[in-house]
Amino acid sequence: MSSPDEDPPTEPERWRDLDMLLSRPGNLVHADFNPSPGLRDSLGSLVEVLVVGAGGLGCELLKDLALSGFKNIHVIDMDTIDVSNLNRQFLFRVQDVGKSKAEVAAKRVMERVSGVNIVPHFCRIEDKEIEFYSQFSIIVLGLDSIEARSYINSVACGFLEYDSDDKPIPETLKPMVDGGTEGFKGHARVIIPGTTPCFECNIWLFPPQVKFPLCTLAETPRTAAHCIEYAHLIKWNEALKRAELFGISGVTYSFTQGVVKNIIPAIASTNAIVSAACALEALKLISGCSKTVSNYLTLETLNMVLFEVHYFSLTICRYNGLDGTHINVSEFAREKDCLVCGPGTLIELGTSTTLSEFIKMLEEHPKLLMSRASVTHEGDNLYMQAPEVLEQMTRPNLGVPMFELLKGAARTTVHVTGMAENNGKKVSSLRKLRVTFKGVEESSKMDESS
Amino acid sequence: MLNLIKIKDKKKEQAASAAGKAPVKKQSAGELRLHKDISELNLPKSTSISFPNGKDDLMNFEIIVRPDEGYYLGGTFVFTFQVSPSYPHEPPKVKCKTKVYHPNIDLEGNVCLNILREDWKPVLNINTVIYGLNLLFTQPNDEDPLNHEAAAVLRDNPKLFEANVKRAMAGGYVGQHYFPRCA
Repeated sequence: MSSPDEDPPTEPERWRDLDMLLSRPGNLVHADFNPSPGLRDSLGSLVEVLVVGAGGLGCELLKDLALSGFKNIHVIDMDTIDVSNLNRQFLFRVQDVGKSKAEVAAKRVMERVSGVNIVPHFCRIEDKEIEFYSQFSIIVLGLDSIEARSYINSVACGFLEYDSDDKPIPETLKPMVDGGTEGFKGHARVIIPGTTPCFECNIWLFPPQVKFPLCTLAETPRTAAHCIEYAHLIKWNEALKRAELFGISGVTYSFTQGVVKNIIPAIASTNAIVSAACALEALKLISGCSKTVSNYLTLETLNMVLFEVHYFSLTICRYNGLDGTHINVSEFAREKDCLVCGPGTLIELGTSTTLSEFIKMLEEHPKLLMSRASVTHEGDNLYMQAPEVLEQMTRPNLGVPMFELLKGAARTTVHVTGMAENNGKKVSSLRKLRVTFKGVEESSKMDESS
Repeated sequence: MLNLIKIKDKKKEQAASAAGKAPVKKQSAGELRLHKDISELNLPKSTSISFPNGKDDLMNFEIIVRPDEGYYLGGTFVFTFQVSPSYPHEPPKVKCKTKVYHPNIDLEGNVCLNILREDWKPVLNINTVIYGLNLLFTQPNDEDPLNHEAAAVLRDNPKLFEANVKRAMAGGYVGQHYFPRCA
């Protein structure tokens, strides 16, 4: 990374508006905001931003962030450019069809905005080591699936650490700005793990997917959609056989989903508005030049007419004309016991405490009072109370010290399920625990391995 | 706000301890919820469960139903469950691995059970689905058929339906379709 001294000469005229925001005090700025003419340089040299997705929103985001003073940007997307993307994913041209979205988008923005460096990653988000995500100060999401959001959310929240008073430790914060669009509707939300609700806290907000009964599809179809779903779900094997017959590869279920999935026409303007909101929130989060929205902005642009959005700062303008544009901000609350972003219950063990002693401790722990606990740690099922086959497979662990089962980590997260007391009643519960070991230093593990 | 000075310090710190932490395997909220469902399973007598990929892969498992009453008494039916990380936002994907002569299960193993599709709700769980599958065998339903022929026989001639089920379970042809033995 170049130090501020080696940066290309500043172009005052180009950044005039940004400099006004970053170099002057104000009434709605963040408490720690320190206006200075050098803030823009720091923003460019110190901050690394990750943009997840280089599609409709991603293209806009890359452009907006590059024009907002961010100079170190990474973008990750597993998709290649399809001809149907060209109407709105404005960084792509006909000759780019078939190439990686991330690579082409990065190249185009770098060509147009001098001084910005964008590193493309042409792969799945799950293919990156968790460590990859730790280098970023902020993650901006331009995704179209719940699953991918949920994954990035769990990664970002995974970096969060709490102190012994269950207060988030600021140095471990990895904020996210999540954008999403669907036709004329969109949202932008700010996720500060440990402070604002994480994606998982409000996952119930998403409406369930419309699913038709299988028997309706097979026997009594009534709509065009029923007929298409029939071919997709029930006669899918025939597509497989046909591909085999003609020696065509690539007929996988996920590809079929891609072809048939419920595609809502994407509107370029919705993407542009949502992306602008996200880029602005990212700038506010990083620089403190204004308070961020708190914490979920929704947008509807039915029958879009000319409009102006003044939502910078806390004053949210609602233009609610006839069939016009509507912007609203709602403040969602955190889920107190969220398994992903919540602090969990702190529990201290000795290095010789066995799994069965640990399970006994949970019964007596005043904050848990959990009986019949099953224990899981990072995908290892340490003990399962039921069903019998799993109980038998995990029973040998009961006599093993937790320190060994948790692979010698000084502190780690464990999840337990069992019957816990809630308002005097025993109810089945799933809890997150922060386990630490007495007398074990954080670095001991590294010493052992090196 | 993220203090830029802090970011600077953190970068230095990271550079100093380049080793960093070992990558941690992420457990999705869906996996955790499934862990809860599985650890609380209360299987009916007619049902058993197996985990072909061992104790640490709960997302793929098999349910074996041996109905203790009704037309399908004596048969053994295997269902595969595939649970996605979006569980319980999305229902598990359930297929019947055993070829069965049944009005609500087609010959490809698709199962017509309302709670697996249109009536799925995140408050439901794996146990509910297992009870639903058991119900399919004790009360096959001719009103929402997936196997049209079987449903018509059940509706019009229950005696013949019973005989057909017996023949299919013993291993044999019903109409043009061969059913391997599962009794």
